[in-house]
Amino acid sequence: MSFLLHGLLYGAVVGSVLLTVTAWAVWFERKFSARMQSRLGPTIVGPVGLLQPIADALKLMQKETIFPDNADRFLFRAAPPFMVVFSLATAAVVPFGPDMIAADLDIGVLYILALAGLMLFPVWIGGWASNNKFALLAAMRGIAQGVSYELPLVLSALVPVVLAGSMSLSVIVSFQAEHGWFIVWPPGPGLIAFGIFFVASLAETNRIPFDIPEAESELVAGVTTEYTGMKFGFFYLAEYLHTLVSAAVAAALFFGGWHGPWVSGLHWFVLKTLVLFVSIFWIRWTLVRFRADQLMRLCWKWLVPISLVVLMAAAVAVQLGEGR
Amino acid sequence: MSVELTAQRRADPYLDLEDYDPEADLMVLNVGPQHPSTHGVFRMKLYLDGEVIVKAVPYVGYLHRGVEKLCEKLTYTQVTPIVDKNDYVSPMMNEQAINMAFEDLLGVEVPRRARWLRTVLAELQRIASHLLWLGTFTLDLGGAIGGGSTLFLYCFRERELVLDIFEELTGCRFHYNTHTIGGNRHDITPGWAKMVHEAISVIEARTHEYEAMVTRNGIYADRTRGIGVIDAGLAMELGLTGPALRGSGVDHDLRRDAPYHAYDEVEVRVQTEAAGDCMARALVRIREMRESVRIVREMVDGVPEGPICGHRPIKLATQTKIKAGQAYACLESPRGELGTFVIAGGGSGTACPYRLKIRPPSLHALAAVPYIMPGHMVSDAVAILGSLDPILGEADR
Repeated sequence: MSFLLHGLLYGAVVGSVLLTVTAWAVWFERKFSARMQSRLGPTIVGPVGLLQPIADALKLMQKETIFPDNADRFLFRAAPPFMVVFSLATAAVVPFGPDMIAADLDIGVLYILALAGLMLFPVWIGGWASNNKFALLAAMRGIAQGVSYELPLVLSALVPVVLAGSMSLSVIVSFQAEHGWFIVWPPGPGLIAFGIFFVASLAETNRIPFDIPEAESELVAGVTTEYTGMKFGFFYLAEYLHTLVSAAVAAALFFGGWHGPWVSGLHWFVLKTLVLFVSIFWIRWTLVRFRADQLMRLCWKWLVPISLVVLMAAAVAVQLGEGR
Repeated sequence: MSVELTAQRRADPYLDLEDYDPEADLMVLNVGPQHPSTHGVFRMKLYLDGEVIVKAVPYVGYLHRGVEKLCEKLTYTQVTPIVDKNDYVSPMMNEQAINMAFEDLLGVEVPRRARWLRTVLAELQRIASHLLWLGTFTLDLGGAIGGGSTLFLYCFRERELVLDIFEELTGCRFHYNTHTIGGNRHDITPGWAKMVHEAISVIEARTHEYEAMVTRNGIYADRTRGIGVIDAGLAMELGLTGPALRGSGVDHDLRRDAPYHAYDEVEVRVQTEAAGDCMARALVRIREMRESVRIVREMVDGVPEGPICGHRPIKLATQTKIKAGQAYACLESPRGELGTFVIAGGGSGTACPYRLKIRPPSLHALAAVPYIMPGHMVSDAVAILGSLDPILGEADR
């Protein structure tokens, strides 16, 4: 009973906090990108445009939902909520602080990777149900990209698992608190694995330079071409949620999570997550996008082999450490 | 069917799809006329095998406004503000092209001061136009919500400087109506030259940055090198001009080869690139910007004294008797050879052209689409179209 209560309470808190943070992450990105591009960004709604996310949400909710001709209405409706649910669910196993975790699963990493895989389904469902060629092409690309980048994502996420000897995120973080962050110790595998994990996360979350499923200059708006109002809003929200959670997972896997100098705790975790989050924005507003085949080449010719080697190196490091 | 990703050098635009592969399950993707990256209202029908283009069919005419017909109902001086809207990225060129033809037709001599000023204006307009092109091309590659828009907005920031210069001179930021038969309407204001110098110094410094952003960015290079290759033969066959021709290694520039305005008094170093791909066209344009900066810097201080307009333009429309005759004049617009052919009818109604034909470089550039797109992917189609720099207002008129 207490387990259920714990889950519900944490779920509600984490869910609402994440959604709020995501809304203002959008504001932050708009301000940040505006500064990069010598613009001002939102300024009208509220002080320095702080109420812009609320205005955006209200606007999206008021919009009419349009169903394209011959669209599969049920699937068309189903795709957006799934996007949000899957990206929110990932947050359940993320340790925000020493004892702040909604569900301390033994297979936390596996759970996260499984959800990342599930995220492909709403993309495909949405693209297919739209009965639109641009959306279909985008969904096709999205599936190909998602399936390909799953591999380096899994392989690089396995490096901390091997090093810490556990799939539980809280154990991985505690291990790092004791033995040093994986990004620095043991030197090499952790750093490279983080690089690959970061790139693969960019691809999984469809961020530039890997945003070919969205690719608005080629495919109009990709999967979301036919979506209007809050249905589009859900896709939009899920994208940011997914990015935020990916940054959080990366912080937990490689940067020691809540552990930090002086006083360990939630603040360190938030700081690390936000630094990673901002760097994702930074990349997004700097680069142009890959072409689909170039994206695949990068994945299969570079990321997958390198991550395999790194995984081996991590295993060797663990063996040597134990032999000592 | 195995998909060959390297594009054929020159595809067959009239490919019969039955010949291609009767078994292939082709998808017809209609891109445009309402599409974020067709630079206006261009439409193309792409036959896709997976994501690879098998055949591309371009359609133009969605922006046809009947400008040429309209010009037949307007007096010679009234035509200028109408043609301003043809190539809406470089209106200065439209005015100059049409007025050069009228001056040829009427045998009007343009004062040297006006010719110098026109040269400076043309080069400034070239900078502004190429800046806009670089921005939108990057937008095609990178998307409106992302890295593409960053360079896009940088380019617009610099383009504003040029528009400020034009505003100071003519009172308009766009669609200036500053050229007229026999000269210019607006003379240089005090301090204008200083303003130009300041602006071009900034632009020159920034073009180096932009060139680095284009050439040293691995993704940018991957997306543009070897994409949309136009060989020199095809370029000449299709009548491509401007950067699209020079990007294919053909050393041709009207500013040097058939000087007009005051180009015979200044050295024009023609920029060429041999590769013929999107990157080559991009590099040609970026270098041309720098070349234009140099020309402007050389000329803006030395604008000779004298009258700015040889004619009283008000009188011309109603009082001058125009004999029957014809004239063709062309200039090097940022997109290539922009020509105007005009026939004047004798007798009544002589204040209006009998027939006026504009040769837009963009239309000829679009003719390359069915030759170079097949074999590429949908993403490349956007890059190729962007690299040709078509302005539909001019192509459709």
